[in-house]
Amino acid sequence: MNYLVKLAGATALAALAATALSAQTVRMGTEGAYPPYNFINDDGEVDGFERELGDELCARAALDCTWVTNDWDSIIPNLVSGNYDTIIAGMSITSERDEVIDFTAEYFPPDPSAYVGLAGGSVDTMGGVIAAQTATIQAAYVASSGATLVEFATPEETVAAVRSGEADAVLADYAYLQPLVEASGGELAVVGDRVSIGGGVGMGVRESDGELKGKMDAAIASMKADGSLSAMIAKWFDGRVVEY
Amino acid sequence: MSCADTFFGYALRSIGMGERLLPKTDFTLCEHFILIGSGLVWNLYFAFFALTLGFCLAIGIAVARASPNPLLRWPSRVFIFVVRGSPLFIQFFIAYETFVLIPKLGVDINLGFIEITAETRWLTKAWLGALIVLMLNTSAYSAQIFHGALLSVPKGDIEAAQAIGMPAGKRFRRIVFPSMLRLAWASYTNEAIFLFHATALVFFSSFPAWQQKGDALYYASYFADKTFNPFVPYPIIGLYFIIFTVILISIFGLINRRLNRHLTLSR
Amino acid sequence: MFEFCADPSLLEGTDWWMCYLSNGKHMGFYRSFGVVMMLLLVTVPFIMALGFGGALARRSSLPPVRWLGLAYTSMVRGVPDIIFFLFALIAVDQGIEYLRHLYFCPDWTEPIRQGNDFVVCARAKMPLSDADAWVHKTYSFFQAVLAFAVVFGAFAANTLFGAMNAVPRGQLETGDAFGMTPRQVFRRILLPQMWVYALPGLSNLWMIFIKATPLLFLLGIQDIVYWARELGGTKTALFAYPHPDWRLGYFLFLLVFYLFLTWVSERVFDRLQRRVSRGQPTVGGTV
Repeated sequence: MNYLVKLAGATALAALAATALSAQTVRMGTEGAYPPYNFINDDGEVDGFERELGDELCARAALDCTWVTNDWDSIIPNLVSGNYDTIIAGMSITSERDEVIDFTAEYFPPDPSAYVGLAGGSVDTMGGVIAAQTATIQAAYVASSGATLVEFATPEETVAAVRSGEADAVLADYAYLQPLVEASGGELAVVGDRVSIGGGVGMGVRESDGELKGKMDAAIASMKADGSLSAMIAKWFDGRVVEY
Repeated sequence: MSCADTFFGYALRSIGMGERLLPKTDFTLCEHFILIGSGLVWNLYFAFFALTLGFCLAIGIAVARASPNPLLRWPSRVFIFVVRGSPLFIQFFIAYETFVLIPKLGVDINLGFIEITAETRWLTKAWLGALIVLMLNTSAYSAQIFHGALLSVPKGDIEAAQAIGMPAGKRFRRIVFPSMLRLAWASYTNEAIFLFHATALVFFSSFPAWQQKGDALYYASYFADKTFNPFVPYPIIGLYFIIFTVILISIFGLINRRLNRHLTLSR
Repeated sequence: MFEFCADPSLLEGTDWWMCYLSNGKHMGFYRSFGVVMMLLLVTVPFIMALGFGGALARRSSLPPVRWLGLAYTSMVRGVPDIIFFLFALIAVDQGIEYLRHLYFCPDWTEPIRQGNDFVVCARAKMPLSDADAWVHKTYSFFQAVLAFAVVFGAFAANTLFGAMNAVPRGQLETGDAFGMTPRQVFRRILLPQMWVYALPGLSNLWMIFIKATPLLFLLGIQDIVYWARELGGTKTALFAYPHPDWRLGYFLFLLVFYLFLTWVSERVFDRLQRRVSRGQPTVGGTV
């Protein structure tokens, strides 16, 4: 008798899930404040490497996707709560995040973090005043090294702190800092060594959403296989060559 | 770490005493309560000093606002208008950007028994810069409340004081000021509560946290980010704030009873 | 918006400024001012309703009602609004979806809470996943209205309670002496005279409410502070209109907006205070 009940339950569930997914739009959650991964362009729309990647993945997985922005601090609780279905926001795959949500295969290799300070000075990256954004892996890294950590709410403020002299250097993702260093016209420069913190970048999905994860994994794999992912990375990240 | 060890390690972490690193994994409820509680030290510090200093400043500004002398009236009106008219978030931002631009100097102050060097770089630190902003903010709101109460003082009381020949200073001290305080107290209690709650915004906006020393909301956000579960740390900080707000309301209620002791309660 | 804005890299001077200030992102910025104004106006009736409810409850002769009023004003006034917004809304959101789930999907066998996830059937989602963006925006808007109304209603209740107590006893006793019922005394004597004592506190509350709107971004609403931060940040060549750190400029613009709003509010409240002080034997009155 027991197996009949389970079978009935499973078919009902499958039917419900099938109708649910076919009627549902997949809502892609992103932050919109972290160029070149994701940002809001001058027309007011979500743009960036992940926008192009997400649209392409949805096309390959035959899903109907809409884009939603959410601020960084509540991005995981809102995914878990069901306000959207994926997180595609330059999120590194870390073991503590993996305990709460599931990640697809990585679509961007681990990005080293770099120290950036004012050009011309010498910076003690292990003992000086280093700025980082609150609650990032870089902030945790600086805290455990011997340096004095200063945490700001937004990445913009961390760089402004270096410019104003409040901090000796800022530690953040190299992909984010490099365009700023270039645009600063010689004012800012990379100092010290690069450090590798955190894993590659993957898409976050709810742990209960195995079907969506499978579809996205397949789409990512197909993009890796035909080289379109490497081409997209080179386009958005200043010609960076990544072999997949 | 047992709960007692956690207490000794983290109870004063928000001012830099205790463990250097914050817990990273396997968060216990004990760690939640103690670390968030330690952050409250900042909130209470800001609330106490901003309220007391702001109260004194507010009375001066309220009297200036009601003064017939335009040299006193207009600056106080402009001050109240600008500070009441802008959100605290924006005030913190503009203040921080301004303080950052001040050249880094040291001023030697001789207090007689000790000589200290007051540095301008202290202004960009939360303990001084944010305190100044909060003090000015509460003084503007309180001055408006006190001014409104000044205008609601029963005219008969003042006329009676004039009739028995009380000089102006004594009249203010014994008649106008107590009545003003009595009439303003309910709204001033509200303002005090708002100020206490606004102290949670300090590390949420422009002022940075140094070496992970922050207020209660900073630590609550830390836990919420690490455990990805907002339903534990935020209710804890909410509980702490409720407890201290009730204490604040009780203290203000006692003062209210003292101010109204000569009146029968209307029903 | 203008034809010559098609290629921003060719623009200079005033042309660049005209195109920059009218690009899509800035349109979102200007629209957000409308959203903030609408939020302020829509929430006021709810705040006053909850305020009167709380004040009358505290004056009630029935102890349970009195305790309810006291609990509302103390508890809600006890928690800072940002903290309230940070978790209470997810809780209310999940609560609503749970109730809809019970109604629409009675045959659902899977547990609602799977590990960390909160999973309900697709029909129960509020709003529905395939609903248009405006439905989601309107829902967030009303969440914000509810959140602000609950928080500020508690403060309004406290002010109104204090104002009701501040009306001189002699006035109420005179009404009694004339043979008016308690309801008549309340409606004809207490309520009109209460306003002169309530207005300073309520005007203060309105000012605080205006200044609390920057917290809207916590509720996922793109309010004016969100756009100011977004637009002001350094923009590299990745954007059509690159520029350095202009946050101070944008925030000064917001400052001017809020000062203007405050100036208008102050004139309105001054008028109201003068009107309500007519015949009152107070320093500000006309007797």
